[in-house]
Amino acid sequence: MVLGLEFPPVSHLVNWPEIWFKDTPFAFTKVTLIYVLAVLITITFFLIAGHKAKLVPSGVQNVAEMSLDFVRESVIMQTMGSQGLGWLPFLTTMFFFIFFINIFEVIPIFQMPGNARIAVPLILAITVWFIYNIVGIRAQGFGHYLKNSCVPPGVPKALLILVVPIEFVSTFLVRPFSLAIRLFANMLAGHFILVTFALLTASLWSATYIGAILPFGLLVALTGFEVLVAGLQAFIFAILTAVYIGGSMSPEH
Amino acid sequence: MFRFFLLAAQQAGELQTGLKAVGRGIVYGGAAIGPGIGIGIVVGNAITAMARQPESAGMVRTTMFLGIAFTEALALFGFVLAFIL
Repeated sequence: MVLGLEFPPVSHLVNWPEIWFKDTPFAFTKVTLIYVLAVLITITFFLIAGHKAKLVPSGVQNVAEMSLDFVRESVIMQTMGSQGLGWLPFLTTMFFFIFFINIFEVIPIFQMPGNARIAVPLILAITVWFIYNIVGIRAQGFGHYLKNSCVPPGVPKALLILVVPIEFVSTFLVRPFSLAIRLFANMLAGHFILVTFALLTASLWSATYIGAILPFGLLVALTGFEVLVAGLQAFIFAILTAVYIGGSMSPEH
Repeated sequence: MFRFFLLAAQQAGELQTGLKAVGRGIVYGGAAIGPGIGIGIVVGNAITAMARQPESAGMVRTTMFLGIAFTEALALFGFVLAFIL
């Protein structure tokens, strides 16, 4: 009966059997397959779009130009202004790479968001950490960059002893972690929600048939919601990257 | 009373798993309170701003997502911590 419904342990939900190179650090699992597919899809999408670029876009080129326009208008112009337009290719690629990894959550057969494993979010966050620090040091010089990111303007002198360590920790230590964990935990939570409702639907279906209607409806609705979350998390990752890079390019006065 | 502790000592393993589950619940429940209130304030004020000045809705929306992302991070730390426990 339903009362005996056992939720599988967490490790069962995100670990997949190894396909090739078993028992080595290079083991190839479904998650690896998702990463490889996401890279290939991102590359081929933009290669096809740019292959025979026409003045009047159509088909794939149209979609690619719309997405570039979207990233330029709502990510870069809102946070960095026109001086950040050089980051358009980087941010667009990152947005689509993360989005394609996330969207595997709702694609049948795969049904696993690649970002529910922390590897890729962590590497992306560390990359972003290096980028915004290097940009800041190159734009302002090491001393000025450190001073501008640790000493917020307009703080009374007596409070500096409290504020400077907090700002230092939040800028240089917490930022990459929160960036990685935000993406990772959101996708993991979404995966768990879908698994919970799928399990509930299956067990209620085998027990009562009629009782499965409500959780199934919720499952469908939440699948739609997860598509939204997949896009939103990719967008938030891109826009936070833009905010960090913009913040180190030109400090607030 | 003594009998209760004896029973608890015998079932220490079960007790530990049970207490762990309770701890996870408390960690995530506690971590969700603040961000819940915070996201409510962020979104509520963003809606007020959009209703007052619909022409600035695009900018407000972007900033709102930023605010949500920063606030939500705390709840997600709790979520991850609950599984690490």
